[in-house]
Amino acid sequence: MKVKFWGVRGSIPTPGPSTVKYGGNTTCIEVRTDDNDLIILDAGTGIFPMAMTLFPELPITCHLFISHTHWDHIQGLPFFIPSFIPGNTLRIHGAYDPIDRRDIREILSGQLQYCYFPVREAELKARLEYVTLKERQVAQAGSATVTNILMNHPVLCFGYRIECNGKSVFFTGDHEQLYNIYGPDDPEYHEYEQYMTQKNQAIVEFIRGVDVLIADTSYTVEDYPAKKGWGHSTYDANIAMARAAGVRQVFFTHHEPTRGDAALEKVFQDAMDRHPRQPGDPEFALAREGLVFEL
Amino acid sequence: MGYSAKKLIRLVDGMPAFPPSVYRILQLTSDINCEPKDLVRVIDHDPVLTLKLLQLVNSPYFGLSRQIGSIRQAVVFVGINTIKNLVLTIAPMEMLSRQGTDNRWMENLLAHAIGVGVIAKHLARRCGISEVEATDYFVAGLLHDIGKMALHRFKPEDYKDALRLAKKKGLPLLEAEREIFGVDHAQVGAMLGDKWCLPVELVVSMEKHHDWNPNLSLLQDCVYAANLMAKRLRVGNSGNDTPEHLPRELEQRFGAKIEELVGTLGDLSGEMNFTQILIHP
Repeated sequence: MKVKFWGVRGSIPTPGPSTVKYGGNTTCIEVRTDDNDLIILDAGTGIFPMAMTLFPELPITCHLFISHTHWDHIQGLPFFIPSFIPGNTLRIHGAYDPIDRRDIREILSGQLQYCYFPVREAELKARLEYVTLKERQVAQAGSATVTNILMNHPVLCFGYRIECNGKSVFFTGDHEQLYNIYGPDDPEYHEYEQYMTQKNQAIVEFIRGVDVLIADTSYTVEDYPAKKGWGHSTYDANIAMARAAGVRQVFFTHHEPTRGDAALEKVFQDAMDRHPRQPGDPEFALAREGLVFEL
Repeated sequence: MGYSAKKLIRLVDGMPAFPPSVYRILQLTSDINCEPKDLVRVIDHDPVLTLKLLQLVNSPYFGLSRQIGSIRQAVVFVGINTIKNLVLTIAPMEMLSRQGTDNRWMENLLAHAIGVGVIAKHLARRCGISEVEATDYFVAGLLHDIGKMALHRFKPEDYKDALRLAKKKGLPLLEAEREIFGVDHAQVGAMLGDKWCLPVELVVSMEKHHDWNPNLSLLQDCVYAANLMAKRLRVGNSGNDTPEHLPRELEQRFGAKIEELVGTLGDLSGEMNFTQILIHP
């Protein structure tokens, strides 16, 4: 299996001289199985440069998994060129929106309303298939199986685990480490703590033993107090999660949009210094646009 | 026959108070930085709200892989923000479910109220209103006929007389109500709205949903039009379903005649079913 990063930026694209090294496109990850099946995780602006590389393979079947439908994870979808070309198949997976009662098709076709985009869904020439997933529903993507678990973000957001030929990748989507909404003096504190433990354990068990963990790491511990409840994690929380789940390689992604290359490397190094290497630790690295990792 | 002013005041006083929990939730959530634990505490102390929320979180719409048994657990597993938004949808429905659904007529009326809410929201979106604000339109539609529920609950037999009278003489229900009660459901709704300290715009929308004039707000226009559209679509039954046309100014506002507007609605069944869960356990 092979993983390639096409968009590693959180929230909004950040082109410019300070992001040349790590890249400014929003979330998009290409995963290839040993049989060359194409799995795409999220459709941020990084999906556009990725799509441009697909021409030699057309017609193609793409298995797209949307972690959640916030803009930075779907913004590139209307520009996914294979959608316009007959013979291609795009199978789009994602969660239901229980607040506005829309399935993944209704949500995404909303993105193609005339006032937003000149081409209507009906005019796309590729075959489009939509799969609205329930939690832990197993989806087949060519030779790989993909399962999901609900993460913690201000909308239903799935983390996806991809497995193929004994190799595995987990992508958190957007995720904030759980926190107790009660203070230690509140009577509800301990009960809440228990539920948090259950949920944390469920996530750790779900991730357990993956070869690659790709984790939303928008914040530093210093950033976090002002951003609590925004739905993103810190380096420290992800280091702890990766250790608990016994993963082999971690990529920190969803980089904070105001952090340029130098600042990003600094906060990464600070986090590494705060958590000196222990036996059995995973390898930690910053996700970078264009980076390819072979499992 | 008619009721004296004194009796009417008693009628309004006898209606259930706007549940304080619902009021508190609307208050709390108007602040983007509201403390999650305050919100949870209010929900937690309201058994009806708790039950509805748990029913929804455990429904296939969420598709969770495990059973959720408490509000705090729900917050951990689906996130405080989603719970907050869900509660905002449920809170106003609480109003209606607490009126009781003791017969078929009331069930039809509820279905009509939900239909008007759903359509009013659709019209709001069509007019470029944001999703957040569109919820207000849903609530306004949902509550527009609350006066009917009040009158029916107050004097069910007299209300049946009003319904019969309207049918027999071919009168608008409003007139039949006035003949029997000395007051109509639009007026009663507005009185209730006042008593519950609902926003003035909502109160006026209840009062004017049969009596359109060009000075009404967009929300009031949407509820007025949604009511007529729901009747055309025969969504539920409000007791008076003679098809009516939109005033010319409203046709201009929405850029279409009522027949065309009805055509833009698409399939409402999914949204209707979901909302029904809120009312029927």
